[in-house]
Amino acid sequence: MPVLSVRDLVVEFPNRRGVARAVDGVSFEIDPGEVLGLVGESGAGKSLTGAAIVGLLPPPGRIAGGAILLDGERIDALPPHRMRAIRGRRIGMIFQDPLTALNPLFTVGQQLIETMRAHLPLSHRQARERAIAWLAEVGIAAPSMRVDAYPNAFSGGMRQRVAIALALCAEPRLVIADEPTTALDVSIQAQIVALLRRLARERGTAILLITHDMGVIAETADRVAVMYAGRIVEIGSTRAVIDSPSHPYADGLMASIPSLDRPVDRLRQIDGAMPRLDAIPAGCAFHPRCPSAFDRCRVERPELRDVGPTRSACWLGQGHG
Amino acid sequence: MRDWLDSDAVHGFRTSPIAVLSCLLLWLLIGGAVLAPWIAPQNPFDLGRVSLMDSSQPPMSPAADGDRTYFLGTDQQGRDMLSAILYGLRVSLLVGGLAVAFAVVVGVTIGLVSGYVGGFVDLVLMRIADVQLTFPAVLTALLVDGSIRAALPRSVHDSLQLHVVVFSIGISLWPSLARTVRGSTMVERGKDYVLAARVIGVPSWRVALTHVLPNVVGPVMVIATLGLGMAILAEATLSFLGVGLPASRPSLGTLIKYGGDYLYSGSWWMAAFPGLALMLLVLAINLLGDWLRDALTPGLR
Amino acid sequence: MVDEPVLRFDAVSFQFDVSGPWLQRVVGREGRRTLRAVDDVSFALPEGTTLSLVGESGCGKSTVARLAVGLYRPDGGAIHFEGQPLDVARAQPALRRQMSMIFQDPIASLNPRWRVRSIIGEPIRLFGLAADASALRRRVDRLLEQVGLSIGDGDRFPHAFSGGQRQRISIARALASEPRLLVCDEPTSALDVSVQAQILNLMRDLQRDLGLTYLFISHNLAVVRHMSDRVGVMYLGRIVEQGPASAIFATPRHPYTRLLLDAVPDPRGLRPSRDPVVGEVPDPVDPPGGCPFHPRCPLATDRCRMEKPAYTAVGAVQVACHAVAEGRGAIA
Repeated sequence: MPVLSVRDLVVEFPNRRGVARAVDGVSFEIDPGEVLGLVGESGAGKSLTGAAIVGLLPPPGRIAGGAILLDGERIDALPPHRMRAIRGRRIGMIFQDPLTALNPLFTVGQQLIETMRAHLPLSHRQARERAIAWLAEVGIAAPSMRVDAYPNAFSGGMRQRVAIALALCAEPRLVIADEPTTALDVSIQAQIVALLRRLARERGTAILLITHDMGVIAETADRVAVMYAGRIVEIGSTRAVIDSPSHPYADGLMASIPSLDRPVDRLRQIDGAMPRLDAIPAGCAFHPRCPSAFDRCRVERPELRDVGPTRSACWLGQGHG
Repeated sequence: MRDWLDSDAVHGFRTSPIAVLSCLLLWLLIGGAVLAPWIAPQNPFDLGRVSLMDSSQPPMSPAADGDRTYFLGTDQQGRDMLSAILYGLRVSLLVGGLAVAFAVVVGVTIGLVSGYVGGFVDLVLMRIADVQLTFPAVLTALLVDGSIRAALPRSVHDSLQLHVVVFSIGISLWPSLARTVRGSTMVERGKDYVLAARVIGVPSWRVALTHVLPNVVGPVMVIATLGLGMAILAEATLSFLGVGLPASRPSLGTLIKYGGDYLYSGSWWMAAFPGLALMLLVLAINLLGDWLRDALTPGLR
Repeated sequence: MVDEPVLRFDAVSFQFDVSGPWLQRVVGREGRRTLRAVDDVSFALPEGTTLSLVGESGCGKSTVARLAVGLYRPDGGAIHFEGQPLDVARAQPALRRQMSMIFQDPIASLNPRWRVRSIIGEPIRLFGLAADASALRRRVDRLLEQVGLSIGDGDRFPHAFSGGQRQRISIARALASEPRLLVCDEPTSALDVSVQAQILNLMRDLQRDLGLTYLFISHNLAVVRHMSDRVGVMYLGRIVEQGPASAIFATPRHPYTRLLLDAVPDPRGLRPSRDPVVGEVPDPVDPPGGCPFHPRCPLATDRCRMEKPAYTAVGAVQVACHAVAEGRGAIA
């Protein structure tokens, strides 16, 4: 059974002119020990998908349809106090800025111990030993000393390591990592990515990795879902999506990334920009920017379907002239 | 124009009953003050129209000559209270408005210079503001008014009384404006659009005036609005203490002061109605100022 | 002079004062603390080429950009623009208008209260490059079209535009004074990749059409490789390796350059999985003695801990590394 199963998720933001759909019919599953990358550009709805799963949609956003199942149990309509109990115990979270997860007024040890004892049957002593073990696990030198340090005594990369320990210490089934490496320098990104991947493997934790960085996805994720204007346009194994994307958006996205290994004279660009939520085009939302759009794309919205190694939402190659 | 009417700010205003009500009330009071010479039942300063026969009449009493009703009563000189209040509003709003305008000019200038130039200039100007802030506004006004009184001969002082009151209230209001403007200026100064102007060599004063100033005036509107309420109250306090405007140009504060003398003789309306008008005016201004602050600070909602 | 570079840095140093406020220093008896943001930086930037400075946050690359346009004055060394000392050049409007800058943050770099037309027109008005209002209008229209915007966009305010469009507006403003040198500080770092490609392509087209010279600051090695003729790799205020882009990316010599290149994730990576890198950039207020990279360097020796390395020429590449100078830095 998958750890997380999202079915036809719809997230809406009501405003006075009507309702803006930020996430529109998103479905995916994540198995134990699997890393699913959710990738897309700003405004694609990837972070809101993550926020909807943990019940932290910014107001006035709301889940307007679909279902979210954690270990087969629906969690999308739980009251706030039940959801709070699930966050931390069964779902861990890692954010772009580690300081959002760390309380500056408590030592990292206190925070780890408190989190563990809130969710696991441990004595204070056992929890402290485990906190030190966790700090060592995420690569912090001299953990038995640094366990009593405050977050401001750590550098940005070290804070993100502590935040990872904090997200994982209650042994959650699922970790949602929203742009965990975006604020870090490249040399540290690599360390964090490797750490996250190793921990998921060892513990069978499922990870939803939300990022705009295809490089991070390529190194970490087993499967990847590409989002555009609130919908998944292509989903499949990471290598297949990266090496042979079939959706024109995924294809253009890959081609627009400059490469160190294969320099080109001119980057392929996708003209235009992601549509605003209040002006999502009819039919396929990508059609105004798509080099191969035809009549059907402008009126009828494509659904995900199997195309070779991936699933893609595109009319191309589907019975047109 | 249509875009503006459709904007979030206007929408937010229209859907906030407090904002609409206080704005309506404020316009009513301002309208009454501005139009006083035309809508007031009598000119309270025209001694030919004031009749001592009608002195100290309670509200709703008919005039001695029988051709009209004193809705809010009359004072001990037979002046129609409603008319006196409308004319008093005029004076209160004028003094408050001028004092705030003066404080805005001084405060914004000092804040902009302090924040943009920084360093020693900033240190000196802000310490002056700190010292100023330790005095209550009314005390500052009293001190300034007192020193000017001591320095100038009485005749000159009387003819300058309006300026003295405006100056002494305005001077007590500038530090909060200067501090706010300084803070936002320091934020804006480091932004890339300011750097872009500096790279091409736009002179500093022009960067401060054309780039920084338009981006720091938002909070000034809020503080100025709330400051108007404070200034009107300060003026009323000064007048009540007898160091405000002369009795020949009574503001709401003056009316309250003179009305207060008759409070124990049962003529409650002489102080109560000017007091009510003052309260409504300041309440409307403060509610509007609060709403404005909330509307301009998206994080607060 | 035919060979005079557009911009030349000679042993330029710059430090920030990071001490506490005056009162705190007096009361707490603290001394002044300085951060050596730029340390002995030299390069020459010939006309029509791109020099990129690359490195992690805090390495001083953005400070170099600001020094280059005169926003900071160097504490040591000399900067020359078009063969003249920078402050002399900046005192002359005719020379000053030949340098402009593009910033990282597409939101903060445009004055939110100004219409796009005024923003782009500001340099033209400042330098008196248009005879009258209609000439100004025509110039702004042409600039808007040049960067791929429409003429009607000039009458809107910046908030009406997406990040990529705002960066186009920034570029139009930078081009308005007809500069020769464009200093670009992380111009695409805040943009999505598909939009980044649009902007990078536009910048290369403009360079080709107008013969522009770029000083390009970025932390993204792939972007740098795509844009540059020459590359300087910075670490803690120093350029540790500098040379033609092709040479540096083909055979990186400085251990830090190699570390950086190994760390870059490449989705279509042909390289095997990258090595986990050790350590982090140290506190720049209190940098390590000797070679600043020695605590993280796999090749560090006692000499590296004691002595700051001078530049060694390896072909067209300059490297500041004892290991390379001693022949120990051979690529494994």
